[in-house]
Amino acid sequence: MATTALDQQHAHAAAHGEKTGLWSWITTVDHKRIGILYGATAFFFFLLGGVEALIIRTQLARADNNFIDPDTYNQLFTMHGTTMIFLAIMPLSSAFFNYLIPLMIGARDVAFPRLNAFSYWVFLLGGLLLNASFLFGAAPDTGWYGYANLTSRQFSPGPNVDFWNMGLQVLGVASLAAAVNFFVTIINLRAPGMTLMRMPVFAWMTLITQVLLLLAFPVIAVALILLMFDRFWGTHFFVPAGGGDPLLWQHFFWIFGHPEVYILILPAFGIVSEVLPVFSRKPLFGYAAMVFSGIFIAFLGFGVWSHHMFATGMGPIPDTFFSLATMLIAIPTGVKIFNWLGTMWFGSLQFKTPMYFAVGFIAMFIIGGLSGVMHAPPPADLQQNDTYFIVAHFHYVMFGGSIFALVAGAYYWWPKMFGRMLDEGLGKVHFWLMLIGFNLTFFPMHFVGLNGMPRRTYTYPKELNLEALNQVETVGSFILGLSFLVFLINIYKTTRKPKNAPADPWNGATLEWAIPSPPQEWNFDQVPTVHGRDPLWELKRQRGGPLPEPPHTSGAGIHLPNPSYWPLVSAFGVASIFVAIMMSPKWGPWGIVAAVALLFFGIYNWLFEKGYSEFRTPSHGGH
Amino acid sequence: MSDHAHALETSTGLDSRKLAIWTFIGSECMFFATLISNYLVNKGKSLVGPFAHEAWTDPTTGNVMEPIIEIPLVTVGTALLLFSSLFVVLALYGAQKGNRKMLLVWLGATLLCGIFFVGMQVYEFTHFAHKGLTLQRNMFGASFFVLTGFHGTHVTIGVIWLATMFVLAVRRKLPPERSLNLEMAALYWHFVDVVWIVIFPVVYLIR
Amino acid sequence: MHLRTAAARRYAVVLPLLGVLALALAGCSRDQYPQTALLPLSDFARIGDDVQDTTFYWALGVFILVEGALLYSVFRFRGKPEDPEPSQIHGNTTIEIIWTLIPALILAAIAVPTVKGIFETNRTPAGAMKIEVIGHQWWWEFRYPDAGVTTANEMFIPQGKTVELVQNSADVIHSFWPPRFAGKRDVFPGRETRLWWKADSTGLFPGQCAEYCGIQHARMAFHVRSVTPGEFDQWIAHMQSKGPKAPAAPAAAPAGDSLKTASAGAKVQGPGQDSAAGAPQEAEYAKGEKLFMTKGCMGCHSLQAVQAPKGLIGPNLANVGARSHIAAGWLKNTDENLERWIREPQAVKKGVLMPNLGVTVEESRALRAYLRAHQ
Repeated sequence: MATTALDQQHAHAAAHGEKTGLWSWITTVDHKRIGILYGATAFFFFLLGGVEALIIRTQLARADNNFIDPDTYNQLFTMHGTTMIFLAIMPLSSAFFNYLIPLMIGARDVAFPRLNAFSYWVFLLGGLLLNASFLFGAAPDTGWYGYANLTSRQFSPGPNVDFWNMGLQVLGVASLAAAVNFFVTIINLRAPGMTLMRMPVFAWMTLITQVLLLLAFPVIAVALILLMFDRFWGTHFFVPAGGGDPLLWQHFFWIFGHPEVYILILPAFGIVSEVLPVFSRKPLFGYAAMVFSGIFIAFLGFGVWSHHMFATGMGPIPDTFFSLATMLIAIPTGVKIFNWLGTMWFGSLQFKTPMYFAVGFIAMFIIGGLSGVMHAPPPADLQQNDTYFIVAHFHYVMFGGSIFALVAGAYYWWPKMFGRMLDEGLGKVHFWLMLIGFNLTFFPMHFVGLNGMPRRTYTYPKELNLEALNQVETVGSFILGLSFLVFLINIYKTTRKPKNAPADPWNGATLEWAIPSPPQEWNFDQVPTVHGRDPLWELKRQRGGPLPEPPHTSGAGIHLPNPSYWPLVSAFGVASIFVAIMMSPKWGPWGIVAAVALLFFGIYNWLFEKGYSEFRTPSHGGH
Repeated sequence: MSDHAHALETSTGLDSRKLAIWTFIGSECMFFATLISNYLVNKGKSLVGPFAHEAWTDPTTGNVMEPIIEIPLVTVGTALLLFSSLFVVLALYGAQKGNRKMLLVWLGATLLCGIFFVGMQVYEFTHFAHKGLTLQRNMFGASFFVLTGFHGTHVTIGVIWLATMFVLAVRRKLPPERSLNLEMAALYWHFVDVVWIVIFPVVYLIR
Repeated sequence: MHLRTAAARRYAVVLPLLGVLALALAGCSRDQYPQTALLPLSDFARIGDDVQDTTFYWALGVFILVEGALLYSVFRFRGKPEDPEPSQIHGNTTIEIIWTLIPALILAAIAVPTVKGIFETNRTPAGAMKIEVIGHQWWWEFRYPDAGVTTANEMFIPQGKTVELVQNSADVIHSFWPPRFAGKRDVFPGRETRLWWKADSTGLFPGQCAEYCGIQHARMAFHVRSVTPGEFDQWIAHMQSKGPKAPAAPAAAPAGDSLKTASAGAKVQGPGQDSAAGAPQEAEYAKGEKLFMTKGCMGCHSLQAVQAPKGLIGPNLANVGARSHIAAGWLKNTDENLERWIREPQAVKKGVLMPNLGVTVEESRALRAYLRAHQ
């Protein structure tokens, strides 16, 4: 009987206790599987957000267009932003944290594997809750930033804002749980000899991102809770008629919102800092500068929030403070760009697909960073704010920045995660289409904005002469969409290939390249001891050549955490609390009581799970 | 739930669970900092009474509403909460030393203080509501109930956690090797106490 | 796709750059954009424009240098897998210091005019004329407190004299953005904000709401009509004649001066200037006047510019006949558009607070004639 590659994999997995099938994925606590779950789910949401964008661009291709009605448009732009930030970029970053951090620091898993699974399931349920709103024709429609008092019950009577509020609170729980987990993992589970200043820069950026998450998410949680009280229980926190202040929402939101943008970009910085040295064949230039500039950016990031509020008339003193702080934050950002250039300079650049995207990231991020500096002075920002000039800026840093870097990471680590190399030819087609499509879409927006087009407008009058450039942007957006079709084709083609990628296809510098592609469930047969940065280059240098292909072993004597379904049950508990709050006008408080009971039930069983203290070893297959 | 063999191999030497509870507490500090700053921002913004520390005369009816904050009962609750932090330290000492009697007595005392505090808050909330201060009444009502309500919820969760530890101790399932679980609960309990140490002066004492 | 030949590489670089240049040039012909922020026409707008120019030129310089260095390195340091390992440089402290200090100095250079601009724009020059701006979902109310005059969606200002806008919202947050004259200032419920400028020249200039405010945010535009000080005084006097008594019949409306001065430069399609053809128009006008009351228009709209009631849901219509646009600044004020707007507001601007009132085609003609007479 001819065995297919898939048969052989199944046989191999079964022999080593690694289950396959749906139940094994539902109960998994393996960081690698959770990483893949995050990545697949986030990529799906990214495509969904992309479709929302294409519909938006179709509507905007003509002046005075009525391809979709204003209500639909307003829901689409709100969901596009919310989806891309919370359901695409953040969880794509999480996919990389999950898969790579334990491997890079030489650990067998994260500090709390079940909490890790819990974070994923809560994220999935939050994303589903947010998008379930479409089924009711009531998707959120007040922007991804939901300014009060448009979001009050008076001006938004329907459930749209409630879907947004509840969805984001659920997602917040997922992010906070994951942040605690990864913070502790990085601080506490590093391999012997791996001091903080010997960690890969990706691990550093991840660590800093978790700190930002831990400190920023509670602020938006409070803001959302106060909005919830206004909408459900008659308070007036953001309602002027009762003594409240809509501007307070803006402060709370942006105290979260600005660190949030660093949450979105720092992992990308980390990925590029791993890819560039490998494909330049020399170490990252200025490791310490990269680490400290990241810390400085995060710290300063909490002090610039009102630069989103220059048009609100705060007065010259706050305007000055926030303007200068915003300029200050450009300095460490610039330092990073220069250090990446320094890495490439005098290197021996190998242009494989990951390198294309990494270089593309630098090129696009420079533009986004510079337009950001242009918003820093309030007198100029008063013209730029709330126009397409701002839309241009943040797409250059979030797409040109984060997405380019995440795609670079995908091509780079694909062989490690799936045991197969993505096709180089298709990868390059993907890159060029993406680069051209991206610039065609977003570069004209700088001009369209300064020439009179405000944001969040479902159409514009012909008189303003904005149609020609809008058409160019729409064409660009479809080319961008096409580039991801190429990516999907590449992924599909690659799944049909045999799973025979080498452990170290790129001549990597970090520990994940020392183990098989894909790694065995327990990652390392022996926890490695580290003596410096770029440990794998050091090892290869000592050997005088590439390392031999690492063997597959039985994993005898290694302890692994057991799978569990209690994280999933608890995740349902969390999500159902927020659904119950939303339904409380109809169901009364009993829905909330039942949901809390479900959560407690999940948590108690999780904490007292029978047999959990007995870790399993791979050869015994687990329970 | 014990894992002491692994705990010794951590980069910091600290058990990961202890590090986790500190990390979580750090995040919760931001949560309460935001709620407290919301309270402070809204101070003095009420359009109608009752107010916290001043009387208010209703312009339409001429009805006078007295300042609603009553210090004595809350002060007792505050003192008990503060003492309960000491009690839980003693309980933890008992757990670590294997002294089950000490553990049970002081953990019980902690629980009683916590339950009293929650009861005091429930009484205060209903008392205020009878006197006309509700969530919807004015900015003070909204900010007060949200801030102290969330704190009270955190205390309640702490009581449930400590009660679970108490039941475990009664069933002889809290030996010294498992004392970290109580230590985590105690750390959370201290945090809840510290937050109250900020809320009490800000809401009740400062005018 | 491999860029093997030097020629192919050059094309791959030059063509996209040319494309970008073409786009840039397209954006740089600013005169074709009526709502551009790049052609300042006031002192306030010039302050912001100068600061923006400063940052732009520094940004352009940095862009050319850094992006250039990146492109250079891509070609210069390209290697093959079999090439020897390059020198394993880890960093250079001196360079780190240099490329930290230089950006800091550039930012300091930008900071100085920035802070100056912040304080200048926050200080209203003395002797400014106050105009109250009230944002509504989805139209703009303008009140001239010194003159006691109210209007909507088209703001008259005197050229060469500073105006100060005092802004409030009747409902949610809006933002008043007249790009030729000033950057935007948000408009809040329960909180006052201010904006000021002195217009360089006369003309009709569009602006738009720039803070998402609900379903028809996109159609909450306005116009600023800058006229000579003499024309402005005449317009004020004309508006002050629109008091609480019943507006005059069309035959009494002077078919001359006040129409011309009130709408300098606009195409006015009003009732015939020839009062000899007054009779059919009088009938339409009278019919419209009656319909304005029976259809319920009076519930939301006022026709008096003086002592106009506050807090009405709909715009003041005292001079609606003469405005360049209707439906809040974006629909040309032709007879056809005005009739359609009256007849089916929900089809024209879905979600607007003006309901379909079951107005027939003939009724809309009469109402249009009535409103057109209100110049």
